[in-house]
Amino acid sequence: MSEVGLKEIERQVSVGSDPHSRAGFLHRIPWGRIGMPAVLIILCILFGAINPNFWSVMNLTNVSRQISILALISIGQTFAILSAGIDLSVGSLLALVSVVAAQQMLNFGLWGGIAAGILAGALAGLVNGILIAKAKLPAFIATLGMLIAARGIALTLSGGLPVVGLPHAFLFLGAGKIGPIPVPAVIAAVAFVFAHLVMTRTRFGRYVYAMGSNEEAAMLSGINVVKYKTLVYVLSGMFAGIAGVVLTSRVISGQPTLGEVQELYSIAAVVIGGGKITGGVGGMWQTLMGVLILGVLANGLNLIQVSSYVQNIVIGVIIVLAVYVDLARERRR
Amino acid sequence: MRGIVKHFPGVLALKGVDLDARPAEVHVLLGENGAGKSTLIKVLSGVYPPDSGEILFEGKPVHVRSPHDAQQLGVSTIYQEFNLVPEMSVAENIFLGREPLLNRRLGIVDRKQLFQQAREVLSTFDIQVAPETIVKRLGIAQQQMVEIAKALSLNARVIVMDEPTAVLTAHEINHLFKMIQDFKQRGIAIIYISHRLEEVKRIGDRATILRDGAAVGTVLVASTPVDELIRMMVGRDLKDKFPKLSVEPGEEVLRVENLRRKGVLHGVSFHLRRGEILGVAGLVGSRRTEMARAIFGVDKIDSGHILVRGQRAEIKSPSQAIRARLALVPEDRKRHGILPTISVKHNITLSMIKRFARIGILDLGSEKKAAQGYADSLRIATPNLDRWAMYLSGGNQQKAVIAKWLGVEADIFLFDEPTRGIDVGAKVEVYQLMGELVKRGAAILMISSELPEILGMSDRVIVMREGRIAGEFTRAEANQEKILSCALGGTFNQQTGTGAEA
Repeated sequence: MSEVGLKEIERQVSVGSDPHSRAGFLHRIPWGRIGMPAVLIILCILFGAINPNFWSVMNLTNVSRQISILALISIGQTFAILSAGIDLSVGSLLALVSVVAAQQMLNFGLWGGIAAGILAGALAGLVNGILIAKAKLPAFIATLGMLIAARGIALTLSGGLPVVGLPHAFLFLGAGKIGPIPVPAVIAAVAFVFAHLVMTRTRFGRYVYAMGSNEEAAMLSGINVVKYKTLVYVLSGMFAGIAGVVLTSRVISGQPTLGEVQELYSIAAVVIGGGKITGGVGGMWQTLMGVLILGVLANGLNLIQVSSYVQNIVIGVIIVLAVYVDLARERRR
Repeated sequence: MRGIVKHFPGVLALKGVDLDARPAEVHVLLGENGAGKSTLIKVLSGVYPPDSGEILFEGKPVHVRSPHDAQQLGVSTIYQEFNLVPEMSVAENIFLGREPLLNRRLGIVDRKQLFQQAREVLSTFDIQVAPETIVKRLGIAQQQMVEIAKALSLNARVIVMDEPTAVLTAHEINHLFKMIQDFKQRGIAIIYISHRLEEVKRIGDRATILRDGAAVGTVLVASTPVDELIRMMVGRDLKDKFPKLSVEPGEEVLRVENLRRKGVLHGVSFHLRRGEILGVAGLVGSRRTEMARAIFGVDKIDSGHILVRGQRAEIKSPSQAIRARLALVPEDRKRHGILPTISVKHNITLSMIKRFARIGILDLGSEKKAAQGYADSLRIATPNLDRWAMYLSGGNQQKAVIAKWLGVEADIFLFDEPTRGIDVGAKVEVYQLMGELVKRGAAILMISSELPEILGMSDRVIVMREGRIAGEFTRAEANQEKILSCALGGTFNQQTGTGAEA
């Protein structure tokens, strides 16, 4: 009996001096929600302290302009990754869209060119979508094919040369400002709000998460997986289309060499934000954090005069670290 | 194991649990879902580190930080989901990571030795599997035997089995139990987790009952009546294991005529009436799940008709089936039923989402209210509805899957193994739910491999064998022997000499 009593006391002691009461406090902080914004703020404070120019209006305008292209294609990438797929073609689509938009602008004027560019992106996305959803090709393979082919089409259409002579009014899209804010940043911001609402407040958004979490269960729940998966890639292509048009305006010519490796940075943005490459986990808000962190990092490292070679090392390490921290957090659950 | 405590965010999963296993005994771990059984054995097998408490092996405290540590100690765990590489041979699986090597430095495997050693292990314990066979070609029972062989080849002193019989047929269970007796004679301790109380009675020596993360007590199985075990598990008396409501069957709502799918279904016909629970019995592999999938439009059918409420129905996809107000509660909850990384709320509302959508835009407030309503009425136990579904216990996951169908006004339910892997208390709740459904005018097709469940819940029983309907019994006619002999076909007759009715 005394032994039982002892055991009981031991147990109460061990529960009382709960080793987790302190850890419990840290546990209660919703790291998933505030972790990345915290990292972003710390980065900003850090760079601002080293070089006060970081906070100058000109620099902040620059950052926002620079990251808006990545932001737009990362939106499409988020759709793809959330649905348990991937879109490797978005970088090349920037080039395809740029060439198509520029050429059609010469034929049909400003709006005709813009429409043609976005349409080209969406069409390429439709091809991706059909290959993945209908022909059941792995998304990695289908969009890898598109990555290479779209670049080839852009080079073929343009003969490898820039398409020049675009109307002056087109400059506004890439170089213009609304108040103090660059137009590309406004477009990216509007697109993010739109995409966020789509993911959180529409049936389509719900279905994307469902397919990414468990495709078989989603199908058995009555979701038309083929249709909505196709739509995911059409949307991704469409956002690449918008990004491509804005980028074309910034360089005020159709360029078949634009956007190389941008697809990889868009994937990086999604996973840094906390999106899972296996699908179903993440969101537009998280991706936005990923985009901002990548943008601030590149800009800040420039300002404190870290060479671009070293910048790549830092960014590579950050990507791996972000996913590692995420996994470690999950394992503790 | 002494005073094991384990926290998860928001949950105290184990509140200081003691468990001891002695050589040559079968120690049964009993408890409802969420009682902490799985967590406890995961601590024992090194998957989760305990927050406090200690593990003693042969009297000495040991640190078990990984499954590898546990195996080194001689503790092997056989989970419900097997850890086998399907593309590899039996022998390669048994010695995975410990292959006999020809050349240590280059890591070249001595294949002759590998198969020789595998053969020895298999024959010592009379396991009838050829070491060269590729694992994915084996049946589930044989795969389990490979897992056991793997454990034995590690010289396990303690073997933990997590619901080993859930996927086995009666015959296979007998074989498994004979093996367990053999292990006992060799002085191995077995920790055995099961929900099937009749099995516990058959095989168990002692039983520790867990409830809400605490050990309620350890008893001698032989001297404890089943009712007492149940009372300890659920903390209350369960008067009726099968709360069958008697509902007068109404008109026919589903008729399946001559359903065929090449190599799978060979002309399946039956009908189902409103207010009726139609049990579908049969052995594993009798194509019952495949039949349900074909009816639900998941797999294409080659010929045959499905009539829903008297009308020919074109069901080519699950969404068409749902529009015809059919619902499927799939057999494999983890793979087909639950969206693990989606909140419980969104799991529940997934199929009914159109109700909350206007031109595709959702009214989140009314969605939440509806989800809460279904969760309450089905008593889904979760701290909140925003929790990911993967963190729910099996029984609560199953309830969430059922809740999903309530909102689309489904009234023809295809339940595939509705209580597999669910504990006694939650089982009764699922049965009560089925009763409520039929009382409200729904019709239920219930596929089950548990004969007591079939007999206890069905108004009528059909038996499948090799893609055909092999027999049909009314509730009054049906009994274990008739259904079994019908499911087994001729074999059973020859073995036992009893006459088959079908």
